[in-house]
Amino acid sequence: MAKIQITLKLFATLAPYLPENADHFQIEPGTTVQEIMRSLQLPPDAVKLIFVNGRKQENTHALEPGDRLGLFPPVGGG
Amino acid sequence: MSIESERYDRNFDTLTRTQQAKLASSRVAVLGLGGLGGGVSEMLARIGVGHLTLIDGDVFDPSNLNRQLLCTEDLVGTSKAMAAEKRIQAVNSTVQVTAVHQYADSDTLYDMIKDCDLVVDCLDSIHTRFMLQAAAKKAQIPLVAGAIAGVTGQVTVIFPDDKGYELIYGKKEHLPARGIESRTGNISYCALMVAALQASECVKVLLDRGDILRNKLLIMELWSNSFEVMDLI
Repeated sequence: MAKIQITLKLFATLAPYLPENADHFQIEPGTTVQEIMRSLQLPPDAVKLIFVNGRKQENTHALEPGDRLGLFPPVGGG
Repeated sequence: MSIESERYDRNFDTLTRTQQAKLASSRVAVLGLGGLGGGVSEMLARIGVGHLTLIDGDVFDPSNLNRQLLCTEDLVGTSKAMAAEKRIQAVNSTVQVTAVHQYADSDTLYDMIKDCDLVVDCLDSIHTRFMLQAAAKKAQIPLVAGAIAGVTGQVTVIFPDDKGYELIYGKKEHLPARGIESRTGNISYCALMVAALQASECVKVLLDRGDILRNKLLIMELWSNSFEVMDLI
């Protein structure tokens, strides 16, 4: 099956894991957020919030063509 | 002409006279008087919030000088709460200040905030943030929360019956004590930018005006000039 394309945005300390083609990131249809995080080799617990098209989602969420995926680390300073 | 008759001239007509009076009769507690709390307190005093309860058990450390507006070289080693009181009285002597030089804990927190209309979370510990949310729920008052790390920040507003921090940090049983700020530190302009956003949300909640960040998280990252408002539910 043809690959689908999403936009990937990694915030703050996650930015070094951003692939070069983040604006046109190719994945297999049905790929979950968790599988993408694994493929990017993000450390466990590095991601605290997952947003797809501006809405919070779980890591089991499967991406659709054109989705905007944002990953955000835990931020707690004052 | 007296200072008092001119003090709020530049608030109009962004605010109405009725809204200015509403702020003057409002009571806000600020928890944590560091990078966020110092900025929030001063902005709320300048716009005319009538009573501020300023709470922090800490003293200034040299590492606070990079970002905390209340911290000056001569105040290193002295109380943040006392410095905040002095600063607010110098800026706006019409504000009634209650300074509390005491760390918040689950036994005392409710009593500290129960008479307020709103509480502002400027704390630096995720565990204490959950404790504050519980106290605000018990007091049935809204909470305006800000958090920073490096040049990244987030702001949200939690009403008493909202899930609040659980939506952002997960279940409190599985929390890290600190976020990524233990690695990134905190940068002055990021702290003040988030403080400004918190002050803005405070005024909006007190006046029931504008788009309030309830069940939403404003995320910003300044290297990339990213500002996004995310839906938490």
